[in-house]
Amino acid sequence: MNPIEPPRLDRRTAIKWMMTAAASMAVMDHVSSGAAPAAISAKGYGMDPDLLKGYNPGDVWPLTFNSKQKRVTVALCDVMIPADEKSPKASDLGVPDFIDEWISSPYPGQAGDRKIVTEGLAWIDAESQKRFQRDFADIKPEQQTAICDAICNPAAAKPEHKAAVAFFKRFRDLTAGGYYTTPQGMRDIGYVGNVAMASFEGPTPEVLRHIGLA
Amino acid sequence: MPHITSDKTKPTYDVIVVGSGASGGQTAYTLTMEGAKVLMLEAGRNYDPVTETAMFQINSQAPLRGVATPDKQREFYDASPNSGWTIPGEPYTNATKDPQRQFRWWRSRQLGGRSNHWGRIALRNGPYDFKPYSRDGLGFDWPISYDDVAPYYDKVEMLIGVFGTNDGMENSPDSSPGVLLPAPKFRAGELLARHHGKKVGIPVISCRRAVLSVKQDADRIPAKLHPGNAKAQRLLAESMRLRAACFWATDCHRGCSIRANYQSPTVHLPPALASGNLDIVTHAMAREVTVNDQGKATGVVYIDKITKQEHRVSARAVVLAASSQETVRLLLNSKSNRFPQGLANSSGKVGKYITDSVASSFSGQFPVLESLPAHNEDGAVGGPHAYIPWWLYGDQKAGKLGFPRGYHVEFSFGRKMPGMAAVTGFDSLTGRAGYAYGKQFKDDARRFYGSTQGFTAQGAMVPNEDCYSELDPTVKDQWGIPVLRYHWKWSEHEIKQVAHQQKMIAALIEAMGGRYTRKTETDGAKVIRDGGSVIHEVGGAIMGADPRSSVTDKWSRTWDVKNLYVADGGVFANTASKNPTLTIMALAWRAADHLLDEMKKGNI
Repeated sequence: MNPIEPPRLDRRTAIKWMMTAAASMAVMDHVSSGAAPAAISAKGYGMDPDLLKGYNPGDVWPLTFNSKQKRVTVALCDVMIPADEKSPKASDLGVPDFIDEWISSPYPGQAGDRKIVTEGLAWIDAESQKRFQRDFADIKPEQQTAICDAICNPAAAKPEHKAAVAFFKRFRDLTAGGYYTTPQGMRDIGYVGNVAMASFEGPTPEVLRHIGLA
Repeated sequence: MPHITSDKTKPTYDVIVVGSGASGGQTAYTLTMEGAKVLMLEAGRNYDPVTETAMFQINSQAPLRGVATPDKQREFYDASPNSGWTIPGEPYTNATKDPQRQFRWWRSRQLGGRSNHWGRIALRNGPYDFKPYSRDGLGFDWPISYDDVAPYYDKVEMLIGVFGTNDGMENSPDSSPGVLLPAPKFRAGELLARHHGKKVGIPVISCRRAVLSVKQDADRIPAKLHPGNAKAQRLLAESMRLRAACFWATDCHRGCSIRANYQSPTVHLPPALASGNLDIVTHAMAREVTVNDQGKATGVVYIDKITKQEHRVSARAVVLAASSQETVRLLLNSKSNRFPQGLANSSGKVGKYITDSVASSFSGQFPVLESLPAHNEDGAVGGPHAYIPWWLYGDQKAGKLGFPRGYHVEFSFGRKMPGMAAVTGFDSLTGRAGYAYGKQFKDDARRFYGSTQGFTAQGAMVPNEDCYSELDPTVKDQWGIPVLRYHWKWSEHEIKQVAHQQKMIAALIEAMGGRYTRKTETDGAKVIRDGGSVIHEVGGAIMGADPRSSVTDKWSRTWDVKNLYVADGGVFANTASKNPTLTIMALAWRAADHLLDEMKKGNI
């Protein structure tokens, strides 16, 4: 049980968003082809899966991103989590494939995200075309930042960007979930457990000092 | 071989035990150690924690980063194959669609049942908990007192291994000297809670959990548990030596391949099987307890889920340990001319007075825990090292609180293995507008990861007439067995208690210098969890002193059928502010002792 609930779009916001997205897609012919999510017919892993084997995205159900969706996902993942001196960028850790696995899931828990992500990715590319005449993956970093800055703050975003803002947050959280569950991601934020130890010694003296209980 | 198929069962047994979890495991253990021939029926498949547990797997190795799905309804790696709130072909129903009156029922369909994935929190009921009516005039007194159960608490704790401390707290009894294993050190957030809790009068003490903080003493304990029984001592010692001490990694909810925590298939069942006195049939869905013309139980009818065939097995006695609600269902489905309203139901109380823990959660974010130096605080993963026992007995007795029963509080610590939500929800903490991304987001993640701590209160419910189960008049499961229909309604006692839970957790968060992760809630009805959702549902075959108002006597034996016992949580006359599993095991051992005694005397 994690004390912080995973973020969810409430139903009213989701419906509004979908209506906005549908309306904007109607006037964007170049986006609508291939962007509307098809229904998932694959099956899940069943109630008695093998827990010992390692699973990769695509092992249990097929991935469904087309090449255009995949390109924008890679680019946007790396804007969300770029490389720095401590850890690699999101696409180096397989996060785009994880997002593909997530939105291709046959389970109801991911169905909402499938719609949000596929339509949001189409919006991002369309916005990039509109402003910079290229796909999001092909524009300069400062141009990518300009698009993201317009949709990363619900209080400051234009009303017509409301749907894109919701997409932005959900996509960032999926990227983060995919990233910080990998060995490199876990190490980055300081999770150093999951190793067998002869004894449990509690917090180190340094930690005790930090929390004022030394 | 002790694991057998339906066609290999013996013509008759001393005892049939329905269920293989904490209560069934304890019952079979006690009986077979004393030489009784036992057949155990389990509705799920065989399950071996030693070879099946996902030790050390991380979430990026699981589909969907391990989040719960309709196929794995807790987490991917949780030790609960084929189990959940909904199981295809095995429905239950609620009498109303009112969202405030829903009951949720977790079923485990595997050898060992829920004992495989419980939180291992092993708290004793105290003296007040057995006599609540005498204290506050509500609910029911048990027909037994704490002193009747205390020796069995000691025995179960020694058998399964429980860490903790004796703190001399009111109504949270100490164990006998030498019984408990050493308690692990507290984690950072738990130390903070203990230190700052004092400011608001909230005591934080070592939690008790069924985890081996050190190896058990296999030279000493078997002789204490089985005096004069050399074979039992040898079998238990051999089994104990197979159990390793906790190596402070991998979540207990996954089960434990090194047998460091208690689960029935690694602790109760190995010595029972080694005795040669136990046969186990898995995939056996019990449908009915059969009776003869004298009103004695003669055996059990079950459906073999593999062959789809119906089987009848017979024994001198039957013990129901199927989990409280499956036991209720079995009794109500065991109708005959002699028992037209179901077996052991002359009182009409089968299915009545179901209780669950009264639960609500709240979490805080603690600036002092931000940017902590990386350190390993896994410990006995998946559960607290510290907790808050109910402490306001005096105020409650004096009528100052406005609700009759208490609660305890468990912590969920922050620096656990990251899952999907490990670094989300921090935007509001940064003081900046909007959603961070890029380098800023990575810095935020490093700063805030592990700085939140969750608190879950679980309290005692007063049994009421509105919480019960009965047979649904029309719905049957895939085996043609009528299913349970639930009625549920929290009373004012619980709603008020939850409001207090929220208030006190908020006070603790403030004392610790934390911020709330949501608005504080003063209306208990808005945050109380659904009935059953804590998976502590008990009652439905309650123990009492009067056959007209209870289902079993003080030995957990049904009033109506002298060779039929209920060993699971069904017998709970009242919940306590303590998790029920340890008490279930203690009462199961006690009931098995009584059954052995009755068989020896020739009464059964």
